[in-house]
Amino acid sequence: MAKDIACKLLVVGAGPGGYVCAIRAGQLGVDTIIVEAEALGGTCLNVGCIPSKALIHVADEFERAMNSADKAAIGVSASKPKIDLAKTVEWKNGIVGRLTGGVGALLKKAKVRVVEGWATFIDGKTIEVETKDGPTTIRAENVVIATGSTPVELPFLKFGGDVISSTEALDLDAPPKNLVVVGAGYIGLELGIAFAKFGSKVAVVEALDRILPGYDAELTRPVTKRLKALGVAVHLGAKAKGPGKDGKSLEIENGDGETETLPADKILVAVGRKPLTEGWGRENLVLDMDGPFIKIDDRCQTSMNGVYAIGDVAGEPMLAHRAMAQGEMVAEIIAGRNRRWDRRAVPAVCFTDPEVVAVGLAPEEAKAEGHEVESALFPFSANGRAMATEAEEGFVRVTARAGDGLILGAHAVGKGVAELSAAFALALEMGATLEDIAGTIHAHPTQSEAFHEASLRTLGHALHI
Amino acid sequence: MGVYVIKLPDVGEGVAEAELVEWLVEEGKNVREDEVLASVMTDKATVEIPSPVEGKVVWRGPKVGEVVAVGSPIIRLEVDGEGNEAPGAAVEAATREKEAPLADKPSEGDNEDKAEPAKKIEKKPAPAPARSAEAKPSAAKAAARPSAPAKTGLPRPPGEKPLAAPAVRKRALDLGIDLRRVPGSGPAGRITHEDLDAFIESGGGAILRAARAPDMSVKEIKVVGLRRKIAERMAVAKSRIPHITYVDEVDVTALEELRGKLNAERGDRPKLTLLPFLMRAMARAIAEQPEINARYDDDEGVIYQYGGMHMGVATQTDNGLVVPVVRHVEALGLWDCAAELARLAEAARAGSCTREELTGSTITITSLGALGGVVTTPVINHPEVAIVGVNKIRVLPQWDGNGFVPRKMMNLSSSFDHRIIDGWNAAVFVQRIKGLLENPAMIFIED
Repeated sequence: MAKDIACKLLVVGAGPGGYVCAIRAGQLGVDTIIVEAEALGGTCLNVGCIPSKALIHVADEFERAMNSADKAAIGVSASKPKIDLAKTVEWKNGIVGRLTGGVGALLKKAKVRVVEGWATFIDGKTIEVETKDGPTTIRAENVVIATGSTPVELPFLKFGGDVISSTEALDLDAPPKNLVVVGAGYIGLELGIAFAKFGSKVAVVEALDRILPGYDAELTRPVTKRLKALGVAVHLGAKAKGPGKDGKSLEIENGDGETETLPADKILVAVGRKPLTEGWGRENLVLDMDGPFIKIDDRCQTSMNGVYAIGDVAGEPMLAHRAMAQGEMVAEIIAGRNRRWDRRAVPAVCFTDPEVVAVGLAPEEAKAEGHEVESALFPFSANGRAMATEAEEGFVRVTARAGDGLILGAHAVGKGVAELSAAFALALEMGATLEDIAGTIHAHPTQSEAFHEASLRTLGHALHI
Repeated sequence: MGVYVIKLPDVGEGVAEAELVEWLVEEGKNVREDEVLASVMTDKATVEIPSPVEGKVVWRGPKVGEVVAVGSPIIRLEVDGEGNEAPGAAVEAATREKEAPLADKPSEGDNEDKAEPAKKIEKKPAPAPARSAEAKPSAAKAAARPSAPAKTGLPRPPGEKPLAAPAVRKRALDLGIDLRRVPGSGPAGRITHEDLDAFIESGGGAILRAARAPDMSVKEIKVVGLRRKIAERMAVAKSRIPHITYVDEVDVTALEELRGKLNAERGDRPKLTLLPFLMRAMARAIAEQPEINARYDDDEGVIYQYGGMHMGVATQTDNGLVVPVVRHVEALGLWDCAAELARLAEAARAGSCTREELTGSTITITSLGALGGVVTTPVINHPEVAIVGVNKIRVLPQWDGNGFVPRKMMNLSSSFDHRIIDGWNAAVFVQRIKGLLENPAMIFIED
């Protein structure tokens, strides 16, 4: 039976942007409804950030055990481990279930109503949801579009069968013997490296002439080195052409323009994600676009009054934590607070091996923006903790403005450096200068000392190098 | 003699910078107060910058085509008296400005970037002079770094966001303060909580209060009851009737004198307002122009011209506009009109009018006079064909042939259904009422 409900705020999509927006709005006493067609938590919790990190963790554990068995380099020996990927996936699904359940509980605590079903916009204030009990019409004073993004499909490598996206890659019951990854961005490399550790023979095909194209060469060099050590074949400047004739391979045109056939039991296409701007009635709204994204202003408002867009659907970078911050901000705006987007830094992390962190501007980017730049890096090979944990590969690099030492960027590559993103982002957001970092005591022995030392080195007086 | 510095004012909401598009004064020239000095262009509009003082131009800042941040000095004037800049500040600033391009020199190489001065300056924060002079021995580096280079509250390079911790930014937003205007005392010009406090104490916050949190609420109100009725009737009147509105002024000095005298001797009778006089005057005018006192059934194509004059009186109540009807004005005396008006107004406000008392009018009076207002464009009470609006009485100077004399003047704003009433007839009707009101004895004289 058709139902009509009304609310002050309607959030379409319960990914990290949408659910945070709804929780914050609920906390502020805004009458809020959130609509989601699939599981709460969106891409991030169900088929993105969280499950991939679970898989990567198991891959690391497995590789470590394997190393111990093979080399016994650090005085540990064990018998050769075995991997039961089906069991890994089951464990991962358990974690996902706990987190999505948690989101449901948080929404309930904030008194947010959850409507399950596919939402279609009728106009800027009204949506219709196909629920299992029939169509429901929801009218709202304010609407937040948080529909997220989907993996980009290649026309000559359509998803299905052995051509998979990251979503399916997280649910395989056994590591494929031969895996070809199309796209050397962070998603392709994170999963490619994990499967290489599980024992798959992995090849990566990238159209550009470098891996992780969003990051500078200095930062990605240790990853390239590690890929080689893991036996991952990286084909740069190469184009995927289509599945091979035997159905168990991928034809590519390599960097020299020659056709090559790579054996492939599975082909993982990870060439990027695109905003989900179709299928929910965008044609019934009058939204200005910014390329493929919905155009927003510094309050995340679209070209329509009372219609906001947050997260992947509203522009780069397509990262969960940006969506969450936007969601929180929009909730406060709707509750009547004066807010606008004034964040200086959105950290980006690649959970490759080694991990890569980028916050703010790299030296070349800063120069391109017209800054006079001072920059220095401190290698983990000179860091005691890194040496003692077999994590000597990589470095921390600090980029500052000449003259006043304002930190413009902080980057790192190395084992476990993802956690340094907090220190980096805080430094940028607080407007820290090199002296601020130099004047902060960093605990010894930790890898974070490299941040301290890189700042000292930029100032011209590093202590440990 | 002092120096008066003029900074680029806040030329519009959300505008942080503007491009200087034209200088209208030369260095060395004298300028008058309010003389336009320059025009600047934002993404929204071109704005002229007038001089708030009289003085002589001693320094012109940006060149044409340069992008300037709001709050940065654009021109200095030599003025009589104190000026607004501390002595020496101008010299200091001038030195600074001379040094900045010098520091840029090595990176420029040749002249090709001269074509894009705006871009250059927008993007390149000028290095602090202390640093640019030294030949970078690394040991001296740290010592030479100015610890608080922005103590002076220098404007930031154009387009650069003010530097402040998130908590400071949030507090500024909550207070409605634009951080771009707050001088930062911290390293790299960082704005601290203390800087914000100082800015507020100096009165900086007050002018910006208008930028407080916008009220995003939208209240949904169902249009029901009397309001819906009013809405429907207004829509019908305005969509069906081509209105012609005619306004003339009436000298009511004599009428007011008469009214005053009558009121002084009224005894128990209700106080006379102007309306009973107007009603009587209209009754007389209608006797001569019966076509004004009519109801036009435009669906049927029939005009019903009435012998009796039933006067609707637009009355404001707490719930909205109602129009009670004084019946047969043509048969009522002045005091009867006053008594009936008082009774109906009371009933309307109490909501106790009967159906008969609210229907059947043939012409309507509307008066917003008490609130002032020079002219109204009354909406005809459909299906009538005329409405007379009363505006406020004001004492105005009038020329009596020898000199100006104070007279009590009142406008009548009247609308007519132009399908039925020609402009000429409308004017004749209003002029007749005017003639009667200006010579009130005529209202009461039988022909």
